[in-house]
Amino acid sequence: MDAALDPVPEHVAKTFRIELPLLLEAIYLKYHYDFREYAHASLKRRLTAAMIRFNCRTLSQLQERVLHEPAVFPQLLDFLTVQVSEMFRDPTYYRAVREHMVPILRTYPSLKIWVAGCSTGEEVYSMAILLREEGLLERSLIYATDINSQALQRAEAGVFDIDRMAGFTENHRRSGGRSSLSDYYTAAFGRAVIDKSLRKHIVFSDHSLATDSVFAEVQFVSCRNVLIYFNRELQDRALGLFVDALCRKGFLGLGSKESLRFSAHSDAFTDVSREERIFQLKDRP
Amino acid sequence: MTSLTADSLAHRIDAVVIGASAGGVEVLSVLLPALPATLRAPVFVVLHQPPDRRSVLTEIFRRKCVLPVHEAEDKEPVVPGTVYFAPPNYHLLIERGPSLALSVDDLVQFSRPSIDVLFQSAAEVYGRRLLGVVLTGWNEDGASGLLAVRQARGVTVVQDPDTAEAPVMPQAARLRCQPDLVLAPQAIAELLRSLAAPASDASPSPSALPS
Repeated sequence: MDAALDPVPEHVAKTFRIELPLLLEAIYLKYHYDFREYAHASLKRRLTAAMIRFNCRTLSQLQERVLHEPAVFPQLLDFLTVQVSEMFRDPTYYRAVREHMVPILRTYPSLKIWVAGCSTGEEVYSMAILLREEGLLERSLIYATDINSQALQRAEAGVFDIDRMAGFTENHRRSGGRSSLSDYYTAAFGRAVIDKSLRKHIVFSDHSLATDSVFAEVQFVSCRNVLIYFNRELQDRALGLFVDALCRKGFLGLGSKESLRFSAHSDAFTDVSREERIFQLKDRP
Repeated sequence: MTSLTADSLAHRIDAVVIGASAGGVEVLSVLLPALPATLRAPVFVVLHQPPDRRSVLTEIFRRKCVLPVHEAEDKEPVVPGTVYFAPPNYHLLIERGPSLALSVDDLVQFSRPSIDVLFQSAAEVYGRRLLGVVLTGWNEDGASGLLAVRQARGVTVVQDPDTAEAPVMPQAARLRCQPDLVLAPQAIAELLRSLAAPASDASPSPSALPS
């Protein structure tokens, strides 16, 4: 009989549940990255993959390596944070931004927009291109933040695999794009290099929704598919930052399956587009 | 394997996970309408579908089912006697609580949502009180997931590949984890029906209460 078919002893799963918070605490104390309130199910998958990559049989072994081998943590951070996104992922979201938000954003003499959890930059450049198409980029500043500085460096470089551009182009078209996506990059040696004039309007910065505070007042926060990795307490903390960062009647955009329903801040917002998860801060009394 | 009488299952099973791919809508149309209003276990379903399409699955099955049918939302607390579908292009995971969680992590077995991801996380939460069902499909998603259900001492069921429009997925699951039961869709429907608490000791489920 195949040993893999045998039940996994109860104590193995129980021990993992002991080791997990210990590892997260160790990472926090040593490297000041706070994953302690991340949602466990996804974290467990990522750490299980990391254990295989680092050849560790247990989380305790991984903890030992993380604490004592300086080269390990930056690599582990990629397991814990990097998400591959797309330009104009969920084109209908960007279409809704154009339809519902741009007419109001136009009324501001200058615009500040925060793309929180920007990873390798796909969503930031999508936003910059949209703003340029709508004639708003010249008066805009986009804050692009993430906790992973390697991902931020890649975002800042603005270089994407050319094979991905066909999908991005289709997304862009469906988002209501008024121009050709190829106007915003140059192709060379299998890569697409994003137009540097877009980058002039973007500030890339290290920022943690778990430990840092508000740094600016903005009219729009776009934070898509980031909060799903947080537990409810951390989600509430992050949303609290957004509430504090947003100007009067500012906008919040979330991922297409994220909601405010299960959050302490649900009453602070009204729906702008329920379907596309765009919300507006209610007028504070 | 301990004996799987309908009565013992009704008392044991707290949750059901179902994974399906090609040909899955037809089989789910046999299984989900069979779920009785007195069922207390939640039912989580991954059905592979194109990523960029707005899902009409919940609409289709809502009309066919006695139980409420929802597309899963992130952080939603699990309500007994509810059928949850994974949204297109998101993995569905179960958190302790239990509550639902979504992720946009990489594809697993070329799939998002992936059956393996749902089954592995549900096995972690429900252990021996989980029933896992792998249905028709052309890839091997679900085999590792069903193995995780088995390793957690849950109950494992595979659609008889001879009855599957696409036999690859149930065959892979059968080979990988030697399931407790290999059944035709009608027999799986019977099994699910038997999970409802017997009328004698059933308190009405929330959905059956007059509002």
